[in-house]
Amino acid sequence: MIWNWFPKYFEQLMGGLVLTLELVFIAIFFGMLLAIPLGLVQVTGPKWLGRIALAFCTVVRGTPLLIQLWLIYYGLGSIFPSIPGIRESMLWPYLRDAFPYAVVAFTFSVAGYSGEVMRGAFAGVPQGELEAARAMGMSPFKVLWRIWLPRALQNVFPTLAGEMVLTLKSTPLAATITIQELFGVGTQIRQDTYRVYEPLLMLGGIYIILTGIIVVVMRYFENRIPRPTAA
Amino acid sequence: MKTLLKTLMAATFVAGLGMGTASAEIKLGLDTAPYPPFADQDAAGVRSGFEIELGEAICAAMGETCVWTPIAWDGIIPALTSGKIDAIFASMSITAERMETIDFSNKYYSTPAALVAAKTMEIDGTPESLKGKIVGAQVSTIHANYAEKYFKDMASDIKVTYQAFDEHNADLVAGRLDAVVGDSLAFSDFLGTDEGKSFEIKALLTDEEIFGKGVGVGMRKGDEELKAKFNAAIEKVRADGTYDTIAKKYFDFDIFGG
Repeated sequence: MIWNWFPKYFEQLMGGLVLTLELVFIAIFFGMLLAIPLGLVQVTGPKWLGRIALAFCTVVRGTPLLIQLWLIYYGLGSIFPSIPGIRESMLWPYLRDAFPYAVVAFTFSVAGYSGEVMRGAFAGVPQGELEAARAMGMSPFKVLWRIWLPRALQNVFPTLAGEMVLTLKSTPLAATITIQELFGVGTQIRQDTYRVYEPLLMLGGIYIILTGIIVVVMRYFENRIPRPTAA
Repeated sequence: MKTLLKTLMAATFVAGLGMGTASAEIKLGLDTAPYPPFADQDAAGVRSGFEIELGEAICAAMGETCVWTPIAWDGIIPALTSGKIDAIFASMSITAERMETIDFSNKYYSTPAALVAAKTMEIDGTPESLKGKIVGAQVSTIHANYAEKYFKDMASDIKVTYQAFDEHNADLVAGRLDAVVGDSLAFSDFLGTDEGKSFEIKALLTDEEIFGKGVGVGMRKGDEELKAKFNAAIEKVRADGTYDTIAKKYFDFDIFGG
């Protein structure tokens, strides 16, 4: 075991860690924002909107994330140059950067998987509770905000925590589109030093710690949600 | 029943011995990604290219059976040191850095490195001309080392994380990279394509310390017998004209270099 490379790469590793965390949290945040309507319309309709949501979830869940990522990065990358004037536009610095493409791909991924989870969650809330809320005179939005969404989330919280962990563990794919996140830095260390095991073991250790943090934080929130008292 | 079992065991043992002797072939590692005109593979899986033909000629000259074993570029040296392959035959340049980990045969070809950018760009290969530009190169190559040594201070970003030659070309076409450092010959194929026709070689790059002594066969340290065999075979194909016959099919200049 040789670890003398570690101090040299420490700063880069921290940079990679920050990028990984940014990617995970931005993707989970926007992905969940998308997942809620994606799940909801599949339960409430209108039917055509539900069909679109179903199609989206099916495509995202049915194709490898790596392919989605490359389609978005290299696919759009080959379309953009054919748009005249795009390289002079204000957006170009962002369009040529790789990170936004990864954010889009990972957000879609989170939205697709969690959208399906949320569909089941919304469908699983007992109709009687929703009817009771309506009978109290709550507006449809209030029913959603006060009863339907909290009850749905309550049921699927552990599943969502699992989705977050899976998202974290797919982030190394971003290294294939030039993003120097944690795994990318690890790869570079492997290539510079020709050491195989030490950098990989270190990466594995870091991912376990990150997963542990996600699990503990999610468990904390899970416990704070009041459970319905047993009938 | 017991005799049957004994016979079976004996048969297995003999078969095992037989397999042992038959596997005395040399596993030549090459990059999984195509690298035309050196190594390419068609849809049916048939390999072609200068390096493929030369490798087979060298193996024939050694009187050995060789098997091409594709390995992802970033794992090719670990694959060699861990014994998954016996030699690297994949356009790997002989450098001092790599010599710390593995050993090389004598060179079997050498080509200059080149800097490629859009024809409309005013880039001449000096670090100053790349001020504020984004430069790319394939990961853990001598070209990446060159980009890091010369362009890091001036360029706005250096992307040397590309796993394959065609990936940084795709980003060059997409405008995400302003310039790319790579092998001049490998570029000649790309520059001939539709996507590549608006790009050109801006400068040929030289630095003996980085680019080393040309391309050689990579071997495990201490594998002296194999190294001697490869060196003898390279000399043989050079002397008997096999090398030139193959080289003429691909290049209109002396690929072996001075």
